[in-house]
Amino acid sequence: MAKEFLEGNIAIAEAAVRAGVDAYFGYPITPQTELLEHMARRMPELGRVFLQAESEVAAINMVYGAACTGAWAMTSSSGPGISLMQEGLSYIALSDLPMVLVSIMRGGPGLGNIQPSQADYHQLTRGGGHGDYRCIVLAPSTIQEAINLTVLAFDLADAYRMVTIVAADGLLGQMMEPAELPPMRSRSRERPPWALTGARGRNKRTIAAFGLEAETLEAMNWQLQAKFDRVRANEVRYEAMLTGDAEILVVAFGTAARIAKSAVREARAHRLRVGLLRPITLWPFPYAAVRQAAASARAILVVEMNTGQMVDDVRLAVEGRVPVHFLGRPGGSVPVPDEILERIVGLQHDRTAQIARDC
Amino acid sequence: MDDSIVTVQEQIVYERPHALSDVLMSYCPGCTHGLIHKLIAEAIDELGIQERTIGVSPVGCSVFMYRYFDLDGIVAPHGRAPAVATGIKRALPDRVVFTYQGDGDMAAIGMSEIVWAATRGENITVFFINNANYGMTGGQMAPTTLPGQVTTSSPGGRDIETTGMPARMAEMLANAPGSAYVVRRSTYDARTIREARKAIRTALRVQMEGAGFSMVEFLSSCPTNWRMSPNDSLQWIKDRMVPYFPLGDFKVADIVKHLT
Repeated sequence: MAKEFLEGNIAIAEAAVRAGVDAYFGYPITPQTELLEHMARRMPELGRVFLQAESEVAAINMVYGAACTGAWAMTSSSGPGISLMQEGLSYIALSDLPMVLVSIMRGGPGLGNIQPSQADYHQLTRGGGHGDYRCIVLAPSTIQEAINLTVLAFDLADAYRMVTIVAADGLLGQMMEPAELPPMRSRSRERPPWALTGARGRNKRTIAAFGLEAETLEAMNWQLQAKFDRVRANEVRYEAMLTGDAEILVVAFGTAARIAKSAVREARAHRLRVGLLRPITLWPFPYAAVRQAAASARAILVVEMNTGQMVDDVRLAVEGRVPVHFLGRPGGSVPVPDEILERIVGLQHDRTAQIARDC
Repeated sequence: MDDSIVTVQEQIVYERPHALSDVLMSYCPGCTHGLIHKLIAEAIDELGIQERTIGVSPVGCSVFMYRYFDLDGIVAPHGRAPAVATGIKRALPDRVVFTYQGDGDMAAIGMSEIVWAATRGENITVFFINNANYGMTGGQMAPTTLPGQVTTSSPGGRDIETTGMPARMAEMLANAPGSAYVVRRSTYDARTIREARKAIRTALRVQMEGAGFSMVEFLSSCPTNWRMSPNDSLQWIKDRMVPYFPLGDFKVADIVKHLT
């Protein structure tokens, strides 16, 4: 396959098609609508299921229905729509069903705006709906990575039978970049042994996110947590760039990490010992990797397109051993490399001044 | 004394429908949920579709429906059963998919999902249990509570000045362009039970022929929350509910007339 000039939303949609999605249900919302539009054309032409739902509430419940038959089902939306999906996501989580959700984040809260944002980090990484559950959250920083992670999302959802989210933002969704799509995968999969298909020649099967007795629901919860622990142990992904000798460690994900990379390179050109740790799985968060990358650091700078959400996880990772600073641009603003570089230089000056004081 | 062996030929004239599981139901004495379950199970048996039918439970008293039917089943979030059923049916078009929903589930929180399933002509069957109150939570006012009816959340009787008139779901959904078969039945005497049984069968056959959305609404009793005896409850359906919720056929599309 050769590289093509692809828009993010369309690249993610086509990657899902090639990964083997059976059914797509969605509702238009900027900045992800092109994803739905691509599915509206592609899914029927391949004889697969596409349905534009009457709301995100309906869309996630259609996914719930399709997923319970063993179909690979997905939806996509942005913050306001994903707020509406939380009820369904919570049910799907306790039902141990696989599904993929694409979140193309925009500025919030409320109607917010349609500019790129990372303000839904908490919404996506903390479960989001009611009850104790987590979703796997994959955060690409390029369109190629968005394609790769979309394919991975289906495999992880299938392997762990859980909600897997591709978390990007309006910038990645809307921009174009050369990228290579994977080949079309076969969809001839065996229907899983838990799927509802009608009780033909077997006992009936039930899917219920429900345990009326405390002991029952407690056991279901611990079972769910045991699964999440397996994901924590096996699926942490991150990129470490120039962290080996870094005195200042920048931590950023997605679009913010992409911009931070430019700032880190620029800082290195000025002989500043700066590195970047980029979480790829926002959940499970790479706590150990951040801790390790921060081992030689005197300061950490977290850069996010929000008022400070992932910064909580970075602080949990270093447990107060390294001061954690924050640079945030909420409301749809995108930081530029220079303002990140400026903060890095400022932190370096603080450090130099402190050394001077200490001597 | 005749000591020859007497062989008694047993002939089963009545038994539990195969589509019902042999478990105790949690419904209150006199509640007609159990009876309606049995009628649906009998129709599934008669049509020979037990092995390819999937039931979608609501939230409410009948959340336990999945336990009582010997069918594959899923419990939908409150009001979302038509959307869940849509997902199942789209993924497995050759299966028979039905929802079983109460009045709070369908006509309040789930109004959007049911109207859109009917409008799209979603090829599913909906059994709608209208007992004029929220049973599971202890008898609050429902969208179908009658004017003046006392419930725990309308202690002075339903005030139509502030809460409007009860929702007539069969009439409303009959207007949806995609609905093929929409009727209202009850089970307060032998005649209405017979008619309900026939309607259930027809509704499922409408789906099996791919003719579109089908719904049977049942005027059902709730003796516990109505604070009435089972017999008085049946009489109350007949005297109080039927005048506002008339029994009858509200939509029988031409393509399904041959099934009625």
